[in-house]
Amino acid sequence: MVADPSVAEDSAAVGDAALVRTEDLRVRADRLEILKGISLEARRGEILSIIGPAGAGKSTYLRCLNRMAELDQDIKIEGKVLLGGESIYGSGVDVALIRRQVATVFSVPIPLPMTIHENLTFGLRLQSGSRDSSEERVEVALRAAYLWDEVKDRLREPARTLSGGQQQRLCLARSLVLSPKVLLLDEPTSGLDPISTAAIEEALQQLKPNLAIILVTNNVKQAARASDRTAFFLFGELIECERTGKLFTTPRDSRTADYISGRFG
Amino acid sequence: MFDKTRITGGIFQGLAALACVVIVAMVAIILGNILIHGLDRLSIGFLTRAPEAGMTGGGIFPAIFGTFALVVLMTIAVIPLGVATAVYMHEYAPKRSRMVHVVRLAIQNLAGVPAIVFGLFGLGFFIEFIGRGVDRAFFRGSLVYGQPAIIWAALTMALLTMPTVVVATEEALRAIPQSYREVAYSLGATRWQMISRVVLPQAVGGILTGGILAVSRGSGEVAPVMFTGAAYFLPELPRRLNDQFMELGYHVYVMTTQSPDVEATKPILYSTVLVLLMLTFLLNFTAVMIRAQIRKRLRYGR
Repeated sequence: MVADPSVAEDSAAVGDAALVRTEDLRVRADRLEILKGISLEARRGEILSIIGPAGAGKSTYLRCLNRMAELDQDIKIEGKVLLGGESIYGSGVDVALIRRQVATVFSVPIPLPMTIHENLTFGLRLQSGSRDSSEERVEVALRAAYLWDEVKDRLREPARTLSGGQQQRLCLARSLVLSPKVLLLDEPTSGLDPISTAAIEEALQQLKPNLAIILVTNNVKQAARASDRTAFFLFGELIECERTGKLFTTPRDSRTADYISGRFG
Repeated sequence: MFDKTRITGGIFQGLAALACVVIVAMVAIILGNILIHGLDRLSIGFLTRAPEAGMTGGGIFPAIFGTFALVVLMTIAVIPLGVATAVYMHEYAPKRSRMVHVVRLAIQNLAGVPAIVFGLFGLGFFIEFIGRGVDRAFFRGSLVYGQPAIIWAALTMALLTMPTVVVATEEALRAIPQSYREVAYSLGATRWQMISRVVLPQAVGGILTGGILAVSRGSGEVAPVMFTGAAYFLPELPRRLNDQFMELGYHVYVMTTQSPDVEATKPILYSTVLVLLMLTFLLNFTAVMIRAQIRKRLRYGR
């Protein structure tokens, strides 16, 4: 594990502004160690991208941040995950509340088999008594996801009638409706056309001031152009985490250099 | 000159075709026979009147009504029970759980138990144990529920058809993408919210398929209701859950074996069988239509 001096300085400067932080996070499935002690944090106002070859543990890391990982059987999670300073694995924690605060956009768009509008309000309808302002929140979320103009006249149509790129922006909007504190994106643009990809990257930049964003991506160029800091994972270890400009120009570890220059992965 | 393989092939093709013809012919003969002999007696009066003159005259309305009531009560009992079992096994129980393994084994075996054994079980368990127990507890031992009744017959039939509903529901649950469940969880759903708002609405078609199969089986079985509630002849229709009732299948059995005048009963028997078949087809058809409607409504989800 390489401690990152610049990160330490930054977090000292802004106090405990790290919205989500893991300390020595270890994940084991059966005897295989998927994550080998990850200490990392993401703050409001930044996009942290995680890059690394397949099997590096990037997705597992994300799934630990909102307690989705435990849905898989036979998984053991050790270490700390703190959201705003509080452990999300503590006893008496409302898991549903954690998942609303730490929203996920999956790599494949998964609209629920309902109308566009029902998809957007699904999360709201799960909580009782928050129905009043839902129309307004739906519009705000759709605008933030750069989808409003395309769907404003067809909210009652099945979500499956949208194109793949529109569906992924719908999924983004569906997460945003719940006003999360942290947004996790697991290769959100891997199957999308360039225009939808650009729309999502633009949306993330606009959203950045209000929440912490962690973007897992297989596309090194996307990490370079869209994120403020980049973390490089390899076989369950955090090799290094740096300001994106620095990591891509002067990586400290030779493995990072090899990966971003396309020599493996 | 003689190509041996070609001759062998030709013989087998012929035999296979013959087998198909035999099956189609059998169905045609059975249906045709029933139709020809059964249509004579079939009239509005036959459908709306009670049997008269020791079953040599009159109609079969009480048996139609009884069968219908039985199937409805059975459905009310079997759908929640079967769906809850399947949901528990597929959504709640941990994978590779011993308990689920045992339950699944039990259900498979249940499906193989002969209908007459269900009848005896219903007599012993529902009537003697539960019914008598209720009577002792609430009616000071007088005979109210501790005797053959439509409620016990319906519950016995529900047990018989439960495996069908469980298997069909489980299949429907298995067909729902795991990703839907993940999305529901990620938007803050509890397990029950995930099941009730995402999984069950998607499984309705499969559940109804199970219901259809249960209904068409239940409306034709005689053995389970023989000891548990079906009556030889009743002047009145069942009005309470602990009344006995007449049932089409049982009525056929009674007319075939107990008739005082076989020749006079024969046309009635034919018509009754025809009605039983039509009722089964009608129930099936209705259920298929309902399912098609729901599928159409859900289509955009697929």
